[in-house]
Amino acid sequence: MTKITYREAVRAGLREALRRDPRVFLMGEDVGKYGGTYACSKGFLDEFGPERIRDTPLSESTFVGAGIGAALGGMRPIVEVMTVNFSLLALDQVLNNAATLRHMSGGQFNVPLIVRMATGAGRQVAAQHSHSLEGWYAHIPGITVLTPATVTDARGMLLSALQEPDPVFIFEHAYLYSMEGELEESQPAVDISRAAVRRSGKDVSLITFGGSLWKALAAATQLAQEGIEAEVLDLRVLRPLDIGTILTSARKTHRAVVIDEAWRAGSFAAEVSAQIMEGAFYDLDAPVARVCSEEVPIPYPKHLEEAALPQPDKIVKAARTLLG
Amino acid sequence: MAEFLMPTLGADMTDGTLVQWKKKEGDRITKGEIIAEVDTEKAAIDVESHFTGIIERLITRPGDKIPVGTVMAIIREEGRPTTSIVSPRTVTTPPAPPPPVHRTESGTAVPSQIGRFRMSPAARKLAAERGIDASTLQGTGPEGAITLDDIERATTATADIVKSVDPADRQARMRHTIAAAMARSKREIPHYYLSTTIDMGRAITWLKDSNEQRPVTERLLYGVLLIKAVALALRRVPELNALWKDDEARRRERIHIGTAISLRQGGLVAPALHDADRLSLSELMQNFQDLVKRARAGSLRSSELSDPTITVTSLGEQGVETVFGVIYPPQVALVGFGKVVERPWVAGGVVVPRPVLMASLSADHRVTDGHRGGLFLAEIDRLLQEPQSL
Repeated sequence: MTKITYREAVRAGLREALRRDPRVFLMGEDVGKYGGTYACSKGFLDEFGPERIRDTPLSESTFVGAGIGAALGGMRPIVEVMTVNFSLLALDQVLNNAATLRHMSGGQFNVPLIVRMATGAGRQVAAQHSHSLEGWYAHIPGITVLTPATVTDARGMLLSALQEPDPVFIFEHAYLYSMEGELEESQPAVDISRAAVRRSGKDVSLITFGGSLWKALAAATQLAQEGIEAEVLDLRVLRPLDIGTILTSARKTHRAVVIDEAWRAGSFAAEVSAQIMEGAFYDLDAPVARVCSEEVPIPYPKHLEEAALPQPDKIVKAARTLLG
Repeated sequence: MAEFLMPTLGADMTDGTLVQWKKKEGDRITKGEIIAEVDTEKAAIDVESHFTGIIERLITRPGDKIPVGTVMAIIREEGRPTTSIVSPRTVTTPPAPPPPVHRTESGTAVPSQIGRFRMSPAARKLAAERGIDASTLQGTGPEGAITLDDIERATTATADIVKSVDPADRQARMRHTIAAAMARSKREIPHYYLSTTIDMGRAITWLKDSNEQRPVTERLLYGVLLIKAVALALRRVPELNALWKDDEARRRERIHIGTAISLRQGGLVAPALHDADRLSLSELMQNFQDLVKRARAGSLRSSELSDPTITVTSLGEQGVETVFGVIYPPQVALVGFGKVVERPWVAGGVVVPRPVLMASLSADHRVTDGHRGGLFLAEIDRLLQEPQSL
């Protein structure tokens, strides 16, 4: 086990991918000379050269579209979009091309594209850089949506994604880049089909993903002091969703709180909640609860931003309510 | 405001154990509806409410053993205000307006319906599996919902109560109750006994014909003819349809015939067939069968145990010819029937074989004399000679 930051873990995954497979190349805004907005490709230009580390114009639609073309042409492109907020400019390429081509071509073409982007709030970078829209992507059939929350997943998910024949979207929570964690070095590639139980408990399931995992774990620690044993689930993969693990946990604890940094209405948490109702209704001892962001553009001032987001104390409160 | 008390479910009952509430606070209850299950020396009894209204407070907890007459619950009778002691709401305070409906953090925009029974799906499933009546439980979950834990606790509590009343114990206690009631009867009631032999020929012939026209399931036993005859005879001699209270006989308007039913495990109960004089033979038969079934299953209602105004006991099946019964206080009379036997009978100067039955009356001499008692037996005889009139 080595202690590294999430940023270093992403970088390690990228480097390994570039070294392993000559078809792999990285492109996006500022990934080359600048070393990446979040410094995930620092030093790569020198190490791998401009053919494989390509700076692009500020046009998401263009470079995501170029990535789709390269994937169709037999390459293994890794496209970096600076944040999910900007990725909306490329949504047409994502939905109408990347996610659809295999279906439209009757299986003649597949698009082995990887798109990485930062998501989430908590760093006082204001509304246009702080939203959590991975739930929107999880709505689209034909793609895989990953949300690594640990350093092991930050490195390993990328390597597993490269084995997929279809588009994979990886959402890295911007708040986590500086977080340190223990890297499990033995297995570089990780499973990308299952959710993970990050803490076992019997009283309530805290179901979450990405940056909120650490808030849920903090809440579980606090609940433990009150004698409430919370189980913490890291979904890891939003599409296809590992509903089996969710239902197993909900059936065990009979109570579930879904934590999602997106806005409540129409959130991914709503989907999880609905699937729990469909699959474990008769095992529930309380209504499923959600802790999501307030229905506002994420504010810039620190105290307002904190107030708008899910926080451990909000999760604790929701869990307590379920326990009566 | 009405107080629901631990009822007397028979003479000499001194206390009862609440097994479970069948209603919960805030529930509406109508007169005659079951409010609780109470365990007595004889059986676990479903107790009915004498009031119509809203249950304000349940005071006794399941498992509590309390003396007869103890206040178990408070019922707010319909149309009457609640007291401020029991609840902060009074008539002078208008109810708070419903909270404004708009989006809240928890997303629960709709104000909860008051009085809606809340129970989690998991709790509902477990309650069904364990046969727990959850409607009487107090929920401890979100917004007072009944949860898995509540069902678990109720299971343990019920098991404890049931455990505390093992059959041998109940039998011993029932024997004790019967002993007390019978000793009191013989000590206090100056019994007199009359008997008469009744020709059952017409009644049995009529019954046979009548049964031939009935589906097998609706056939009558001659026992219900006897019960109906007793009930109608009481209209003629109403002094016998009375209860002895405070040194005087109080006549009862309605005729509820206590029907002695022996229990398989020993002992007996004599629950009431309500308004037996007003029921048709078919209805009586149906009610009687139901009563026997429930008496043996231990699911009698409180009114059935406390309401009888006279008791009828038939020991014909045991081969008994004449019954000399002991009155069940506070009743003032008991009618006994033996078995129907073929005897030489003189009718119109000729000796003929006839099926006959010995009817006997045990009556309280403080209330009636042999003259009235004789009239009563004669009336039963007369009625049984006109079975079609029953």
